[in-house]
Amino acid sequence: MLLTVTDLRKTYATADGDFDVLRGVDLSLDAGQTLALTGESGSGKSTLLHLIGGLDVPDGGRIVLDGTDLTALDDAGRARMRRETVGVVFQQFNLIPSLRVVDNIAFQARLAGRHDGAWCDTLAERMGLTPQLRKYPEQLSGGQQQRVAIARTLAPRPRLVLADEPTGNLDEAAAAQVLALMLELVTDTGAGLLMVTHSDRLAGQMQRRLHLSRGVIA
Amino acid sequence: MTGTVLRALLSHWRRNPLQLFTLLAGLALATALWSGVQAINAEARASYDSAAATLGEGTFDQLTRSDGQPLTVASYVALRRAGWLVSPVTEGRLDGVRIVGLDPLTAPGGLGPVQIADGADVGAFLSGQGQVFGRAAALAALPAGPEKVESPDVAPDTVITDIGVAQRLLGRDGQIDRLIVAMTQPIGQAPLSEIAPELIRKVAQGGSDLGRLTDSFHLNLTAFGLLSFAVGIFIVNGAIGLAFEQRRPVVRTLRALGVPLRRLMVLMALELALMALVAGGIGVALGYVIASLLLPDVAATLQGLYGATVAGTLQLRPVWWASGLAIAFGGTAMASAAAFWRLARLPLLAGGSPRALSMAAGRSARVQGALALVLLVAAGALALTAQGLVAGFALLGSMLIGAALALPLILDRVLAMAERLSRGVRAQWFWADTRQQLPGLSLALAALLLAMAANVGVSTMVSSFRLTFTGFLDQRLASELYVTAADPADAKRLVDYVTPRVRAVLPIQSAPAQIAGFPAEVFGARDDATYRDNWAFLSANPDTWDAVAAGDGILINEQLSRRSGLSLNDAVTLGGRQFAVEGVYGDYGNPIGQAILTEAAFEALYPDVTPLRFGLRLPAAEVPSLVEALENDVGIPAANTVNQAGIKRISLDIFDRTFTVTTALNILTLTVAGFAILMSLLTLAALRVPQLAPAWAMGLTRRELGLLELVRAVLLAVLTALVALPLGLALAWALLAVVNVAAFGWRLPMFLFPLDYLRLGGFALLAAALAALWPAWRLARTPPSDLLKVFSNER
Repeated sequence: MLLTVTDLRKTYATADGDFDVLRGVDLSLDAGQTLALTGESGSGKSTLLHLIGGLDVPDGGRIVLDGTDLTALDDAGRARMRRETVGVVFQQFNLIPSLRVVDNIAFQARLAGRHDGAWCDTLAERMGLTPQLRKYPEQLSGGQQQRVAIARTLAPRPRLVLADEPTGNLDEAAAAQVLALMLELVTDTGAGLLMVTHSDRLAGQMQRRLHLSRGVIA
Repeated sequence: MTGTVLRALLSHWRRNPLQLFTLLAGLALATALWSGVQAINAEARASYDSAAATLGEGTFDQLTRSDGQPLTVASYVALRRAGWLVSPVTEGRLDGVRIVGLDPLTAPGGLGPVQIADGADVGAFLSGQGQVFGRAAALAALPAGPEKVESPDVAPDTVITDIGVAQRLLGRDGQIDRLIVAMTQPIGQAPLSEIAPELIRKVAQGGSDLGRLTDSFHLNLTAFGLLSFAVGIFIVNGAIGLAFEQRRPVVRTLRALGVPLRRLMVLMALELALMALVAGGIGVALGYVIASLLLPDVAATLQGLYGATVAGTLQLRPVWWASGLAIAFGGTAMASAAAFWRLARLPLLAGGSPRALSMAAGRSARVQGALALVLLVAAGALALTAQGLVAGFALLGSMLIGAALALPLILDRVLAMAERLSRGVRAQWFWADTRQQLPGLSLALAALLLAMAANVGVSTMVSSFRLTFTGFLDQRLASELYVTAADPADAKRLVDYVTPRVRAVLPIQSAPAQIAGFPAEVFGARDDATYRDNWAFLSANPDTWDAVAAGDGILINEQLSRRSGLSLNDAVTLGGRQFAVEGVYGDYGNPIGQAILTEAAFEALYPDVTPLRFGLRLPAAEVPSLVEALENDVGIPAANTVNQAGIKRISLDIFDRTFTVTTALNILTLTVAGFAILMSLLTLAALRVPQLAPAWAMGLTRRELGLLELVRAVLLAVLTALVALPLGLALAWALLAVVNVAAFGWRLPMFLFPLDYLRLGGFALLAAALAALWPAWRLARTPPSDLLKVFSNER
């Protein structure tokens, strides 16, 4: 099993008192498998994704990723996990504005020490980014920026790809195109994919689908 | 990973060259102003030290005759035979060059600075025509004769040679001016009073007299340099703060992609260190240029004010380079500390968009206000109680930082009031929009505040110094002509000759003494209208001069009064006699205590002292003819006479040179502040488009928007100037009344110079207007497509 999440809990302190975002979530994902995570706003989808990606720390439960207990790692260990094992596609792209497209695509692979120029070229070509390689992110449309973000995530061939509303900022046509490409490439690399989405239509394209409601899997 | 992250970090500067330029230029300018001032100080101090090393000043005790006459060789021989380790010195001036003759075999300091120079050879020094050591200019001025050896370590306008050669060159065979006393002396020597009772011992006071005399000038220059540096650091702080804010999303992304926070911070620190190195190097080089341009005027000022000879050219000193780079690194660390602190505490999932620059908003504004209040209250408390240098500088620091922190809050309140009072929607929008700009401009405005306050403070101090010193010269140089006789016989001939020809002859005679446990010099003054009419006192009893003339009164200088705690009517014991303090007078620049008795009392206490210097009172027009007559009829050369009008003219000329230095520094500091405003406006320009686009869409033209930007900058500068004026005056007061008193023991009165302040205000407004011109012009030419983007989802 690539990913096993057991009884995961997370509480946030708010002005109105503590708020239990996740109240014992269990899920698992195999390598090469795609999973859609749906749920209404505030159901805890993004929080769950951040915890699995090592971006945040749970208050209880376990996350075992590729044989490593993520919850037992310190800050440096989680940073290494993010660098080498997980790839996250953000809704807001989060590209580095001062780097050209070509450098943005290669960036995470270089961080992970797994840069493969030929693979980056392939990703750029399949994403239709070859003519844009010398440009800066601000010179691209939203759909193009998200394709750069996906190529960056896949460049180091991560074991698990996490996508947080990756097409939330795109129009319908661009969203369909980007998702199709992402699924194709994820399948090619054999990675697992966990995608948070509001869209039933997008969720329908995943192999599995889970619905999160009030902090638990419904 | 490190290389990849570093490339990503550095790419920010490649994409934002203006920000990089701001950072480097701010740091370079700050370093330049600081190191330029330090270079001037270092060069001057090196000159004093080499002079002190040459003459043994400050380091060794000295023996001289109490009557000021040259010593005899017999006294020297008697002392050596009695076991005293003393060394003779003869000195004098020849063709404008100071010739110092030493005995290299007995001088405790060897040959002074010459011993480390190339070509120092005791054999050649002593034999034949001998050798003279000095700088090229001094050697060139000497007549042919002894071998000339160039030595840059000798003080400017001075040459060192063997005492025999000096006596021959000066035509003073067998005459010795003073004896240097070695620090270590054999045990069981016979006392000086037994072997040579005509000699007195002047105890070394640590550090050269010149060094102490000029410390005031250098301290003030240093304070100015420090303030200029602070202004520059505000720019650096603004640039670093903005860069860190803009890079928050990148930092978040990097961390999300697996870069550990610690590594990220180390790399960002390295990045800044690299910039500090580059900017520091440029700054030190610029500082060298500034110092080279200003040094001739500073040298002339020091020469005129204190008689201190400073080389007019600059030498590259490693310590100065090192301190320049160190201050660049220190300044960068200081300016970036807050940004690093925020970065270290930045949660990984914090909002990624650049935080609005909202220094003055919400909680941070309250914290800032509270901090400003605490600092200003502390400054107020220190102003009432501060004694000593540390407290003086704490007062300066808390006052300036407190005011800089309070400025945005003061401006915000003023603008809010203007918004409330404004009529018409356009005016209301203008005031509201100006308020919105305050957080982004507050650092630049704080820089302007400090620059202006420094200018007001230093101008007030220098101008007060000028007024006081010229008044002081009028008091001290009341006589129209000063004449020095060679010996008592010469003096008697002089007095006999001039007495029927002038209104008054005023002998100038003094003797060293201890008053209330402090070293002092006692003068005997003849009762004359000259003193009664011209002397001003800091505090005095009525009929001061009558009391002194009666023989029981004494006048003391401010230094002695402050150090000993003596004040009016206190008793002073001299030679077993008691005198009452009748007055305390200002004695600017004098490091030691001084007291004045009436002539009769002085002569009774010091019967061995024969006056050789005299002040002569006569109509100014008759001075040239008397000088000529003295030379022809009495044989006193014109070189031994000093014309009061000439001295005053030279003094005023020197002050004009001092003003050249301070005006240059004023303009440089204001330029730096103007640069800070320019850079803030340019970096804010991108943020301004979304704020101005709605106003443009609703009917304001781009030209009007550009004009309003210009008006806004000038208006903020005016408001800042209004805050800077009282701050600058408080700064001047602190420098004059606290720092100067703590450092030197005397206080300068403070005068106000409204016209100067008006001119400074004009300079500041000009700097602000010039700084705003380009950003306003750019704004006026913003393409409509850029403004339209604000309303498009594509932004």
